[in-house]
Amino acid sequence: MAQWSLLSEAIAACVHDGDIVALEGFTHLIPFAAGHEIIRQGRRGLALVRMTPDLIYDQMIGAGCAAKLTFSWGGNPGVGSLHRFRDAVENGWPAPLAIEERSHSDLANAYVAGAANLPFAVLRGYVGSSFEQMCPHIRSVTCPFTGERLAATPSIRPDVAIVHAQKADRKGNVLLWGILGVQKEAVLAAKRSIVTVEERVESLDAPANACILPSWVVDAVCLVPQGARPSYAHGYYERDNAFYLRWDAISRQRESFRAWLKEHVLETADFVQYLRVLGSGGRQEAVR
Amino acid sequence: MKSDFTSEEIMTVSAARMLRNGAICFVGIGLPSTAANLARRLHAPDAVLIYESGPIGAKPAVLPLSIGDGILAETADSVVSTPEIFRYWLQGGRVDIGFLGAAQLDRFVNINTTVIGDYFRPKVRLPGAGGAPEISTSAKEVLVVVKQSRRSFVEKLDFITSAGFLSGGDARERTGIPGKGPVAVITDLCILRPDRQTRELTVTSVHPGITGERIRANTGWEVRFSDDCRMTEPPTGLELTTLRDLLARTAAAHGSAGVAA
Repeated sequence: MAQWSLLSEAIAACVHDGDIVALEGFTHLIPFAAGHEIIRQGRRGLALVRMTPDLIYDQMIGAGCAAKLTFSWGGNPGVGSLHRFRDAVENGWPAPLAIEERSHSDLANAYVAGAANLPFAVLRGYVGSSFEQMCPHIRSVTCPFTGERLAATPSIRPDVAIVHAQKADRKGNVLLWGILGVQKEAVLAAKRSIVTVEERVESLDAPANACILPSWVVDAVCLVPQGARPSYAHGYYERDNAFYLRWDAISRQRESFRAWLKEHVLETADFVQYLRVLGSGGRQEAVR
Repeated sequence: MKSDFTSEEIMTVSAARMLRNGAICFVGIGLPSTAANLARRLHAPDAVLIYESGPIGAKPAVLPLSIGDGILAETADSVVSTPEIFRYWLQGGRVDIGFLGAAQLDRFVNINTTVIGDYFRPKVRLPGAGGAPEISTSAKEVLVVVKQSRRSFVEKLDFITSAGFLSGGDARERTGIPGKGPVAVITDLCILRPDRQTRELTVTSVHPGITGERIRANTGWEVRFSDDCRMTEPPTGLELTTLRDLLARTAAAHGSAGVAA
């Protein structure tokens, strides 16, 4: 059964140094607050998994939390590069980052395989590409019925999955909607899971077939309103596109990144305070 | 020659023209999304736009900035999970056209969005594959829209992220890839199509005011021109006003971020 917890307690209990950790959310519902708390608590040596690393993994990689990244598209959506990710891969700063590179289709299939308790995913993929030569985790199997050669890749089975959702009820049943990405699969593939939510409600009042994570597949539920900012939460707030643009400048240099991280994450107590500092910083910049 | 449209506009308009009405189109973000949404406003109102984040039949009023913008979900016929999009809809063979961008491509329309330089010690680490490797093989046909330069049109790729015609000829068919592959590459200078035999990209249509010399100067291999190469029809007034209106409304909706699309 999910326990309603403080995010700091949930991270302390569920995320350990060296864990395989997946924070999922495809552009939508990205668990920024949880990522920040992992940075604050100084986790090291994490094997991060995420289809689209986005700004949150750029921050975690730049903060030194990660030893490895499994991913399928590592850019700043609509803007350009993830500079901290690139600095880690190209220059080993702040620490060398091993990468396990996949395609979206592969990772999506690999989460499904993980959720289904299978050791590998099978897909019609990568044919003709350089992946099979360069990436040892991308192999093939022959179909025992037709003889067709298909790509085979290891399933994703995180130690802990973390997702953000719109609502949870008193018992900790979680409801999410809109663009769902691989959140459900990530939670079901993981040994432990944390869900941060916008709202705690008496009853979910969800229609049949809604995307619900029952309380008993979740370890901790944490009330963190706006916990997906600067990404968005469908029905609650819009994506902060301006921040995604600003991140390009903040993250481009190590020093400006470090100063930002210190002021906004390392020296704030929680996400509420982070949003306050971010808001005041935004105003100062507007005046300038 | 002075023209009343930009090279980017004729690229987007030419790409939009390629999308036939009613086509089921798997859309990449950026230029492909702009072209596909322009087509939907012009000659292809019944084109079905699928985005890899899960929206099927998205009809956004302004362009999305990211592949998973809320406006795609709000206007879609259905929103499915990311595994379902790739498994049932793309791999399932439901997609007519894959509409892709590219960082680099070669003469056989193989695409690199992974690294410049050595894979293990990259000079430039690019974002990576995204959905492209499977879009380029599972969609029945592929359109590529990309700005043409010696940086993007290269003699040899450092990494093949997504298969085009591989080493040319029937190399693609021999691998058993289900989709037919690229049918056209639309740039800011011209339109190129694969030669029927060799599968090498050949210039089949040159945008107004662009010289063959300029196309050669912006191609990393000795590019051929087809025998029946012609001039691209300039954008019509309606095409231009529709595109400009779409971009203006996008900029108004997203603020200064609107230009990123």
